[in-house]
Amino acid sequence: MSSLDIQRRSATTTEPPQARHSVEVAKLIDVSTCIGCKACQVACMEWNDLRDKVGHNIGVYDNPADLTDQSWTVMRYTETEQNGKLEWLIRKDGCMHCADPGCLKACPSPGAIIQYTNGIVDFQQEHCIGCGYCIQGCPFNIPRLSKKDNKAYKCTLCSDRVTVGQAPACVKTCPTGAIHFGTKEAMKDYAETRIVDLKSRGYEKAGLYDPQGVGGTHVMYVLQHADQPQLYSKLPDNPHISASVQLWKGWTKPLGLAGLGLIALGSFFHFVRRGRKVAEDEYAAREKSLATVQTSQSDQPPAERV
Amino acid sequence: MEPNPNLIQRYTPSERSNHWMVAILFFLAAFSGLALFHPALFWLTNLFGGGAWTRILHPFLGVAMFLFFLILALRFMHHNILKSQDRQWLKQIKQVIANEDEHLPPVGRYNAGQKLLFWVMVLCMLILVVTGFMFWQPWFAHYFPIGLSRLAVLLHAFSAWVLIAGILVHIYAAFWVKGTMQGMLTGFVTRIWAKVHHPLWYKEVSDNEKQS
Repeated sequence: MSSLDIQRRSATTTEPPQARHSVEVAKLIDVSTCIGCKACQVACMEWNDLRDKVGHNIGVYDNPADLTDQSWTVMRYTETEQNGKLEWLIRKDGCMHCADPGCLKACPSPGAIIQYTNGIVDFQQEHCIGCGYCIQGCPFNIPRLSKKDNKAYKCTLCSDRVTVGQAPACVKTCPTGAIHFGTKEAMKDYAETRIVDLKSRGYEKAGLYDPQGVGGTHVMYVLQHADQPQLYSKLPDNPHISASVQLWKGWTKPLGLAGLGLIALGSFFHFVRRGRKVAEDEYAAREKSLATVQTSQSDQPPAERV
Repeated sequence: MEPNPNLIQRYTPSERSNHWMVAILFFLAAFSGLALFHPALFWLTNLFGGGAWTRILHPFLGVAMFLFFLILALRFMHHNILKSQDRQWLKQIKQVIANEDEHLPPVGRYNAGQKLLFWVMVLCMLILVVTGFMFWQPWFAHYFPIGLSRLAVLLHAFSAWVLIAGILVHIYAAFWVKGTMQGMLTGFVTRIWAKVHHPLWYKEVSDNEKQS
């Protein structure tokens, strides 16, 4: 994607280029047809040339146990009892590509985080300064700082593949067709047919996870229990950019900057209008007024002074 | 060399060095911090070798500033205890600003404004150093839960703002009251300066001179 396709750029206060428009894309993950084979994890490693170090089995299927700078997507497994039946819920975790990305809002380095007009949020590691503010901004706990190079990494939604009209690697490889890719509208339409199907099979609360608290996402889930996203390895019910991040990165910044400028300007004009406190002048003035008082007192009674 | 009888010592060489170390580190920490505070000031990262270097250096500069400030604060703390007459001085702050000092209550080594600024700076420095550790990448940030470090960045930015605003006032006030800057640079102030701006302190100093 070229600079024509940039919709938002971190730490940039002017308008992005707007001459060209493109449709929003989305990845749809149908949790109800995922079998947890981790082919998507392998495809992600393969396409992006990532090799996480071999970790340890922590007693559950999750492997690697968490996202890292080398693992941009991981399957998270949950066992739960719903309506008296055991359910094994498997969620492919990774960047949600929010329409209102908290990482981008928090990033202090111009151009280190880019949102393209198709909705993909991409980190530009060459501009990353390693402050970790993107981690603070993200409502989904996704970005990871590399211990080797102190740069932040996460899923790119295979922006390099999407640019040339290919689906992301995880979509391409999914053996059950649980991961779909297309325009956001098409993905919503397809999700609707899945939800109707799930409802007919007794999952009355089946629904689409496209949280509006972050303006919607460009990675969406079809959930059997859309009323309880928390069931799916703590997927947030109502994700939004934290209020303290909003306050930290909101109107307070330009106001604060203006405030400092005003203090400096105010000081200068105080000097221009009032001048400095000069001890010698002050002292002379005091001596003089003291002398006047003393002479006038000795000359005549104060009552007669006019 | 005979000491100039018109001058009296206000700051020892150690006190001056300490003050100026804090001042230099303040400028470095403030510029590197402001560079990341608002995009309009990101160009300040050029002074430190780019964005990544600014991010790497800022916390070290900040901690160094804090340590030198701690020594300075311990040195000057006992001069900055607020007393009852300070309240009256603050009530007449309008006259202070208007340069109508003749009706102000007599001031000791520091006036109420200086004392107040001292304690605000102490508070800001403490908040800055504590919150700074809470999101210092890559060594300390991961010891703190995300909710806490989100609050920490907000508090850090806020107290840095108060600190910078306070120091702007501090710098202007030092220029405003002629002879003050000289005091911190050379260590000496004129007798008239002391008599007019800090009469109670001057009395103390001259009493000591008579005794010795």
